[in-house]
Amino acid sequence: MNHTIRVPINTDKDIVAARQKGRALALSLGFSEIDSTLVATAISELARNIVTYAKRGEIRIQADGNSKGPCILVIAKDKGAGISNIKLALQDGFSTSGSLGLGLPGVKRLVDEFEIVSHIGKGTVVKFKKWKT
Amino acid sequence: MEVPVLKQGPFLIATVQAALTDEDLVHLRRAMVERVVIARSLGVIIDVTAMDIMDSFASRTLREVAQMIRLRGAETVIVGIQPEVAFAMVQLGITLEGVVTALDLEEGLNYLKQKFNSSA
Repeated sequence: MNHTIRVPINTDKDIVAARQKGRALALSLGFSEIDSTLVATAISELARNIVTYAKRGEIRIQADGNSKGPCILVIAKDKGAGISNIKLALQDGFSTSGSLGLGLPGVKRLVDEFEIVSHIGKGTVVKFKKWKT
Repeated sequence: MEVPVLKQGPFLIATVQAALTDEDLVHLRRAMVERVVIARSLGVIIDVTAMDIMDSFASRTLREVAQMIRLRGAETVIVGIQPEVAFAMVQLGITLEGVVTALDLEEGLNYLKQKFNSSA
């Protein structure tokens, strides 16, 4: 069950590929249509952040869980410039690229557990978990 | 993935066939604005029933289409947003404010016909 799906993220086509793989895994774990769509939407946002800010990176998607049930773990990793002010990046309406600026706070609302680690000059890792309800 | 556009009287109907990449969306935005000018259309329907998700980029691009077309004096209706897609959009913080939406193609056409008092 702990097979990891790795999707390299280099272009906008990879964004679609990553979110479709995430949705397929969610559905195969018995997630509802709504929860599978939430997972796919969150992956799409994170993958786009990679393409927009870091140019390239990787999305890892895997089934996880415990006695309470299954969950999906997604890790979005890049070696881009990093985020200097994570607190600011997690505020609604903040963006450095002229986009809507609801990427990260929006993703946080879509999932159950959310974690972000970023080092200037080294890159960013965003992890989230969504549990089957 | 090119989005086919059908002309029906004074209206244009664009039907999204599958998940769209960012490039597809940008292409759609340009194509719709161009077609509205060429066809002198009064209204545009974009059927997104087949769209797997609507993330921040997709919704921003569709809102831009509607705004550009409004500047031409025409109206855009987005139809067919699936319930789970709508759920995710609201959670994400997207409202598509200022854009007319309708349940499906039929409702969208009814809206435009009433608005422009057309029998198309």
